[in-house]
Amino acid sequence: MDTTVTAPRVTYLNHEHTLASWLLTKDHKRIGILYMIVVTFAFFLGGIFASLIRLELTTPAGDLLSADTYNKMFTMHGVAMVFFVLIPAVPAILGNFVLPLMLGAKDVAFPKLNLISWYLFTIGFLFTVYALVAGGVDTGWTFYTPYSSRASNTNVMATGLGVFITGFSSILTGLNFMVTIHRMRAPGLTWFRLPLFVWAVYSTALVMILGTPVIAITVLALAIERFLHFGIFDAALGGDPVLFQHMFWFYSHPAVYIMILPPMGAISEVIAAFSRKSIFGYAFVAFSSLAIAIFGFLVWAHHMFVSGISVYSALVFSFLTYAVAIPSAVKTFNWAATMYRGAIWLKAPMIWAIGFLGLFLVGGLTGLFTAALGVDVHLHDTYFVVAHFHYIMVGGAIMGYFAGLHFWWPKITGRMYSDIWAKVAAIIVFTGFNLTFGPQFIVGYLGMPRRYYAYPEEFQVLNVLSSAGASILGLGYTLIAIYLVASLFKGERVGANPWHATGLEWTTQSPPLPHNFEKQPVVTEDAYEYTKREIKVV
Amino acid sequence: MSDALAAHGAHGHAHHPAQQHHFDTLDQQHEAATLGMWLFLITEVLFFGGLFLAYMLYRVWYPAAWSEASLELNVVLGGVNTAVLIASSLTMAMAVRGAQTGLRRATMGWLVLTMVFGLTFLVIKYFEYAEKIEHHHVPGPTFAFPGPNAGPAEIYFSLYFLMTGLHATHMVIGFGILSVILWMAYKNRFSPEWYTPVEISGLYWHFVDIVWIFLFPLLYLVDRAHHFA
Repeated sequence: MDTTVTAPRVTYLNHEHTLASWLLTKDHKRIGILYMIVVTFAFFLGGIFASLIRLELTTPAGDLLSADTYNKMFTMHGVAMVFFVLIPAVPAILGNFVLPLMLGAKDVAFPKLNLISWYLFTIGFLFTVYALVAGGVDTGWTFYTPYSSRASNTNVMATGLGVFITGFSSILTGLNFMVTIHRMRAPGLTWFRLPLFVWAVYSTALVMILGTPVIAITVLALAIERFLHFGIFDAALGGDPVLFQHMFWFYSHPAVYIMILPPMGAISEVIAAFSRKSIFGYAFVAFSSLAIAIFGFLVWAHHMFVSGISVYSALVFSFLTYAVAIPSAVKTFNWAATMYRGAIWLKAPMIWAIGFLGLFLVGGLTGLFTAALGVDVHLHDTYFVVAHFHYIMVGGAIMGYFAGLHFWWPKITGRMYSDIWAKVAAIIVFTGFNLTFGPQFIVGYLGMPRRYYAYPEEFQVLNVLSSAGASILGLGYTLIAIYLVASLFKGERVGANPWHATGLEWTTQSPPLPHNFEKQPVVTEDAYEYTKREIKVV
Repeated sequence: MSDALAAHGAHGHAHHPAQQHHFDTLDQQHEAATLGMWLFLITEVLFFGGLFLAYMLYRVWYPAAWSEASLELNVVLGGVNTAVLIASSLTMAMAVRGAQTGLRRATMGWLVLTMVFGLTFLVIKYFEYAEKIEHHHVPGPTFAFPGPNAGPAEIYFSLYFLMTGLHATHMVIGFGILSVILWMAYKNRFSPEWYTPVEISGLYWHFVDIVWIFLFPLLYLVDRAHHFA
């Protein structure tokens, strides 16, 4: 690596300095950073709730929090993490930053709409924070009726409104990205030359566009029912509360793929770059993203096997849930095959990516356990399910986010963080994560239900292990914040392409110009032509 | 802006004033905008779709209540409104045609007519709602419906107000959009090279009309033939 890199004179970061130049920016790169700020804050908030939950559960008796407060804690943890961290993290932060760069475009198709999306997101988040300050909400993040319509006295409305508004941010972002990918590609950048991250974002945009409007109308109907005393889901009038569950999961299951597909895209970039090899089976990985997005819409009722749905539809949904495992497995095998006989370069992003592979594998396989009808009756609403989806959402999505963040950080900031501390953090997070959620598989299998603040004494050892793991996990995340912030001031300056990676985003300076490229890039080769490159790995 | 113009000048061709800096050509900008609007309309289909799903479920469950409650709607006012909206779709299409062919005054005239039809629809809808309020057909504590089907009938009216209310909200938004388009037409912003805003507003307007084309028979015409016979 060249040791004397001087900072570029004009970058997207320094060409304007005022607060207004940030708050009114239409630059996709600055908007990505605006998202990063709000999402990081939400992650911190959600983390505090998680800590309180784990603290309460170190003892069998409900002694730290009251039952009601505990209900609010897991609800607010879920709402903050799902809607304000996992869904926007990779698409809205990394997607916003790198997508137009990867396409060789000056910006997304609708820059003003992009800024509006951020404002909607932030306003939605503020509504949710207001709900918290005003006394919290206790329905669970799923807002099941009648908990959310008749039976709850907490701030369901403000939270619901927050989710509704944020939903529009998600819809508009998806729409923006999809049009950008269709219409803004550089000359020569054909569909099958696109980096796989773009395919992943495209598939995600599809889910955002088709799924999010349904949760929006569901939450709206719920709000009208609650406030104006209309009856849509009201069993007293002959309405069907299970209809709410169908409509909720029609979005909220595909939303899992909004969370996991973009990190999977980031993982494809990282694995190829640090194996110095073309991705194994490019087309399979690309189409598996689309397949996951489409199959993802056909599995929602597997959340409802014990809600009284018919045996036949449960059978079909169980079968389809197994089917969605196939494209996920295709990806995992192809990443492993990419690494096989590659020149593995163990820099920090790669450590995060390998961590992702391990955790996602466990999360995916335990998903199959819960997809099996008979087994699910035993596991439903136990800690087994909690462990399963945390392996996907935290072990998968958040590890993938950090893999991507560490990969693109030098591009975003023009500076390199401490590689050794980043590796240490990855290992701490990996260890802490497994210690937190590994025991929950066992305690769930033994029968401990989720969403209770007290439990029988024989579960205490496993719960203490879990809480201990959570504190290690918290330490790991804090460490990331420290060395990344430190890198902003003390980090070594990097050139355009510190990883010697393929992809147009690495052909412009770091940090990039305000309009990305000096002149319109033209693409003449496939993605991931690492074997054609002569580089010396340090 | 002057910098941008200078830079464009260096390329040797002048750009249309409506072209944004991040697009290479006006065509690319037009294609992006129309694709964006079509995608947005797809999200709208799913937005309304949730309510159509609820409607289908309860109609299958409670056919008798659906029939009785539907007969309470004013089919004449609903029918007139259907005609008004179909007419507004025609005038909207004419407005787009006017912009395409560069006829500024015709564009403005058709837009005004479209807005008048839109307003007519909303006024008629207002009278319909007033009638429902008078007859205690608004769901909630004051709801009253004779016979054993009061519960499901309340669900019917909940869906009626949600669906038509959401549709009317879209009409109001459409009216606002057309006001802006009218102002832009007045300022002579459109030409045969650049009429994208008129076209995509038209797409939106037609979509809102089509939603009504589904709402009218589903809400007003349940079992109506049987009762007329």
